[in-house]
Amino acid sequence: MTSTIRRRLARTTAICALGLAALGFAPLSVSAQAPKTGGTVHVVVQPEPPMLMQGLNQNGPTNMVAGNIYESLLRYDEKLQPQPSLAKSWEISPDAKVYTFKLQEGVKWHDGKPFTADDVVFSLDKFHREVHPRWRPVVSAQVEKIEKVDDLTVRITLKQPFGPMITTQEVASAPMIPKHIYDGTDYRANPANNTPIGTGPFKLKEWKKGAYIHLVKNEDYWAKGKPALDEIYWQIIPDAAARAVAYETGKVDVLTGGSVDVYDVQRLAKLPNSCMTTKGWEMFAPHAWLTVNIAKGGPLANKQFRQGLMYAIDREFGKDVVWDGLGKLPTGPISSKTKFYSADVPKYTYDVAKAKELIKASGYKGEPLKILALPYGEVWSRWAESIKQNFADAGVNVSIETTDVPGWTQKASNGDFDLTFNFLYQLGDPAIGVARNYISTNIVKGNPFGNQGAYVNPEVDKLFADAAVAPNDAARQELYTKVQQVLAEDLPVLWLLEMEFPTIYRCNIKNLVTTAIGVNDGFRDATKD
Amino acid sequence: MNLLQFLSGRLAKGVLTLLAIAVLNFFLIRAAPGDPAQVLAGEAGAADAVLLEQLRERFGLNEPLLTQLWIYLKGYMTLDLGFSYRQQQPVLALVLDRLPATLLLTGAAFLISLVLGTAMGALAARRAGKWSDSLITALALIFYATPLFWVALMSQIVFALKLGIVPNVGYETIGANYTGLARALDIGRHLVLPALTLGLFFTALYARMMRASMLEVAGADFVKTARAKGVSPPRVWRRHVARNAILPVVTLAGLQAGQLVGGAVLTETVFAWPGIGRLMFDALVQRDYSVLLGVFFVSSAMVVGFNILTDLIYRIADPRIEAGA
Repeated sequence: MTSTIRRRLARTTAICALGLAALGFAPLSVSAQAPKTGGTVHVVVQPEPPMLMQGLNQNGPTNMVAGNIYESLLRYDEKLQPQPSLAKSWEISPDAKVYTFKLQEGVKWHDGKPFTADDVVFSLDKFHREVHPRWRPVVSAQVEKIEKVDDLTVRITLKQPFGPMITTQEVASAPMIPKHIYDGTDYRANPANNTPIGTGPFKLKEWKKGAYIHLVKNEDYWAKGKPALDEIYWQIIPDAAARAVAYETGKVDVLTGGSVDVYDVQRLAKLPNSCMTTKGWEMFAPHAWLTVNIAKGGPLANKQFRQGLMYAIDREFGKDVVWDGLGKLPTGPISSKTKFYSADVPKYTYDVAKAKELIKASGYKGEPLKILALPYGEVWSRWAESIKQNFADAGVNVSIETTDVPGWTQKASNGDFDLTFNFLYQLGDPAIGVARNYISTNIVKGNPFGNQGAYVNPEVDKLFADAAVAPNDAARQELYTKVQQVLAEDLPVLWLLEMEFPTIYRCNIKNLVTTAIGVNDGFRDATKD
Repeated sequence: MNLLQFLSGRLAKGVLTLLAIAVLNFFLIRAAPGDPAQVLAGEAGAADAVLLEQLRERFGLNEPLLTQLWIYLKGYMTLDLGFSYRQQQPVLALVLDRLPATLLLTGAAFLISLVLGTAMGALAARRAGKWSDSLITALALIFYATPLFWVALMSQIVFALKLGIVPNVGYETIGANYTGLARALDIGRHLVLPALTLGLFFTALYARMMRASMLEVAGADFVKTARAKGVSPPRVWRRHVARNAILPVVTLAGLQAGQLVGGAVLTETVFAWPGIGRLMFDALVQRDYSVLLGVFFVSSAMVVGFNILTDLIYRIADPRIEAGA
């Protein structure tokens, strides 16, 4: 793409942002009816978050609750297009190296102090640079400087064009942290970690450990007229069946994604005044697969053997029976919901004869292999059982190894497995959420979410590296299409499912899911009739 | 040996037992795979070496194992149960916060099982061989054999969902902000299902023990003598059989009382009851060492304490124990 097109794109982005801001900074799809105000909503969160200070912890349940307390510069719609949040507009320079964010006026922290550009610079350049595992690599590799232009303007200058930059400002990836509370302190020991102070639409009122987290409306919220709801109770109910009964008896109003067993989803969704949506997961796009430990050598290091395994797996069965129809079969490393997805890759359909042929040709001699199951509940155990049977049908000698979550984390982190289930968020851009699983520089001990199979392919490394800094989206698409083709041929992991985690809720709750992260920041716009 | 010597001897043994338990727990927990930093970082889905190092430093996991043990034991000697970096709170505060809910649940289940179990056992023994005995024995067997989680879920479906007479989960109605009597009644309604579920298992134990014990005592010479003297059958059963037969039940009750503080992991989990059992279970899956060790310590201290108390009561009640103490 030429610089002229880049300039045009940049101008268009900026104009869009300004235009949206002029509409009252509520561009995400909301009901056209007059908004209702007031009301209490009871929501399930499971498991209980370890803390609510989102800068220090990005666990799923933490994000779900704290994403309504903290905010970031941008939000994202279901197409992953950036939308105003604490930044009311932004401009990208023609050379795609300078990002200038204009902040909303009159924003206050929950303790009444004003939110300014100093907080943004502190958050992005100091706090997250030190503690945030997602932002740290971005800022250290790509950012030249982050500076305050004036109280309401921040400028980020990159070392080189970095396309994913505009997708990095989601609330869990870059929440704004109050400088006046954290600067100069030991972040992890700061007493304020128990009483999170954000700029978001809700404030923490009470956390009764083991029972509930109570958020109340931020009366000084900067977006006038929002939030509509008065309060949210996040209820902690550890058992999935008990959560389903709690919904049926009216004790809770919202079952967040993954909070009930898959075989309960359709039944609960069909109850009176019950609605369901699979939206709100576009940013995360959870992708499930079997990691193959190539570092162990033997048959696992043989491409033909891995291809044989892929043909052996009845993935349709996994989707339709084990997951009760939730999800979609993936074609490769990038989810169809994520940017730069391409279907133009080698395909694998369930074909036992072909699997046997490839496995035989690979020289496999019946070496015993183990599948390390993911200890996240019954459905994962059943999935392991069904795949074990698939492999046995293709003549592979395989058994299942079970453990608990810390046990799995340790084994997966240290490469102590033959094949293991895993699922990861894609985080909106392959450079952030996909490359990490396939590049050779991310073969590290201690992290179960890197390149744990120790796949090494210099071509793949180069394609991912070039795609991250390619000058425009077309160039990036070309590189990502190529890398998807190479990986689908090599099969460093066996992709199983683009997962879906439906949100089930009372139909009188409107506009609950309006962004690419769903309920994680959705209660700002939600109303209750 | 006088009472003071007896008591100080028992206390010294108790302290040594607790110390041994504390050291054993320390090493047992660390023998399990994974550590709290790894779990916390893993849950975030984006761990890296820097984050892991920061967390390990914060959790004190970088210290040599013996140093960690010394810090832990030193704290316990001053009744400092440590700090949960995962939950950002002192362990003692976490335990004390959960204690009332657990005591309420286990205490209620204890009372239900003791009263219902002994009554059922006494009735069965009194009517041994009749249909009511068979019914009670069968019921006791069912209560004893049925998995707790299944009873818990079925009771939720029947009494909360289908009949709608009690809530299915929780300690109280969240958001209702009841106070005084209204709150007590609300908590009581929430207590019904978990307390009954937890109580059923022990009810079966007490019933079976009471029945067997009463039938054994009923054949004793002093009972035959009482009957021969013309004491009325109800009085024989009440004054001679039941009073003597209840001794093993009291022993069992003493053992159960020692476990009251340990909570009930399964019942608290299925009924979302915010007690110590859940605190312990969560700490286990999160490898939150300090919380886990703290809960273990408090539970074992209660068991040791109740054992000393039982010894003391026996000694006072039965002078023969003095000689062998």
